[in-house]
Amino acid sequence: MDYLLRILPPLLDGAGVTLGLFFITLALSLPLGLALALARLSRFAALRHAVSGFIWLMRGTPLMLQLLFVYYALPFVPVIGVRLPDYPAAVVAFTLNYAAYFAEILRAGIQSIDRGQYEGAKALGMSYAQTMRRIVLPQVWRNTLPPLANETITLVKDTSLIYVLALNDLLRAARGIVQRDFSITPFIVAAAFYLLMTLVLTWVFQRLERQQNAHVA
Amino acid sequence: MVRATGLHKHFGALHVLRGVSLTVARGEVVAILGPSGSGKSTLLRCLNHLETVQRGSIEIAGQKLASADATGASSYPSDSEVRRICQHTGMVFQHFNLFPHLTVLGNLIEAPMTVRKQSRADVVPLAEALLAKVGLADKRDAWPARLSGGQKQRVAIARALAMQPDILLFDEPTSALDPELTGEVLRTMRQLAEERMTMLVVTHEMAFAREVANRVVFMDQGQIVEEQPARDFFTQPRHERARAFLAHML
Repeated sequence: MDYLLRILPPLLDGAGVTLGLFFITLALSLPLGLALALARLSRFAALRHAVSGFIWLMRGTPLMLQLLFVYYALPFVPVIGVRLPDYPAAVVAFTLNYAAYFAEILRAGIQSIDRGQYEGAKALGMSYAQTMRRIVLPQVWRNTLPPLANETITLVKDTSLIYVLALNDLLRAARGIVQRDFSITPFIVAAAFYLLMTLVLTWVFQRLERQQNAHVA
Repeated sequence: MVRATGLHKHFGALHVLRGVSLTVARGEVVAILGPSGSGKSTLLRCLNHLETVQRGSIEIAGQKLASADATGASSYPSDSEVRRICQHTGMVFQHFNLFPHLTVLGNLIEAPMTVRKQSRADVVPLAEALLAKVGLADKRDAWPARLSGGQKQRVAIARALAMQPDILLFDEPTSALDPELTGEVLRTMRQLAEERMTMLVVTHEMAFAREVANRVVFMDQGQIVEEQPARDFFTQPRHERARAFLAHML
């Protein structure tokens, strides 16, 4: 018990880094994913193709490679050539990667909305933007909650990949103590933290789903 | 109220409207009849810009929705202008197209609030009055998924009326309903006709067309082949194709 209390502070610090990256990534990648989904459905072919290419790239290469690339290789890329500190580099890589996945989920959600909804809104005088905001997207949100929840829970665990940038997240903090003390207890505590976060997220999404489904029950 | 002249519409190689001209006066109820594929729904959908025409002109409440140049080719004004003109029209669809994520009241007040920027306090009394009128005052807070087909269609009519259109377009409003539910929708439409609402109704309900419509427009193969006062159309159809159609339907 004493040991637990002793290793808890560094693990909590690590959990803070993990949670920070999780929330920042979620807050940035969801809106970006929505923008990409809309661009993917745009009537401008060049935009559609560019976004398809981006999504292919992001889903077709390992997230770990993307992390390493943004951190180590981006400074040498002509034109862009910026050197990002480790934490911002992680945020950029995670946001781009998750935006691509969210974009595909939201695109499928938008395409699943019946054409009659657009026609009904148009016949009432609503513009495309009004139709999207008031009629289509609320239904997309409801329909895509389960896959979005899935992706979000994956994100909690994917954050552990930032150990490659030597950031002190939960898993790295745990590993450090394991190697120092020759005890596996920190791993178990770390696992408990991840499970707890997942449990909270599951509960939040269940509540959201129930609230969204009130009208079809 | 509506003046369409020389409308032509192609879907790829398919020539769906072949020179259709139609005038509807204020307060008139016009039924558009014809076999499926005759272009009657397309004609209706062109009048509120759900489809565009390639040739011909359309005037709604005195405003040019589509203008024809010297060669007959149609052009449309800007999107916002199109939306403004089409606000004179309301539409009731075969499949209702209610918004499932909004309550019945929400469906009615959505467009007046977002499009016309009316305040909720102003719209709700009107919406409640319209629900009472279609006999659904008690369904104010119900979700569309909980309603029967006939109730959904009456909500859809009330929703269209909430935008206070000058003309209501009905696209086969009872075709998706169980036979025992068509009566309540037709009663609502009949009531509107008695209040001198201008209505253009694509329908297969011959009894409704005969009793409620002032005029019948009969279409076949993308053209209006016959146009008569409803009474005369049913007792003495002039065109052979209209006679064949009636013989089949009645």
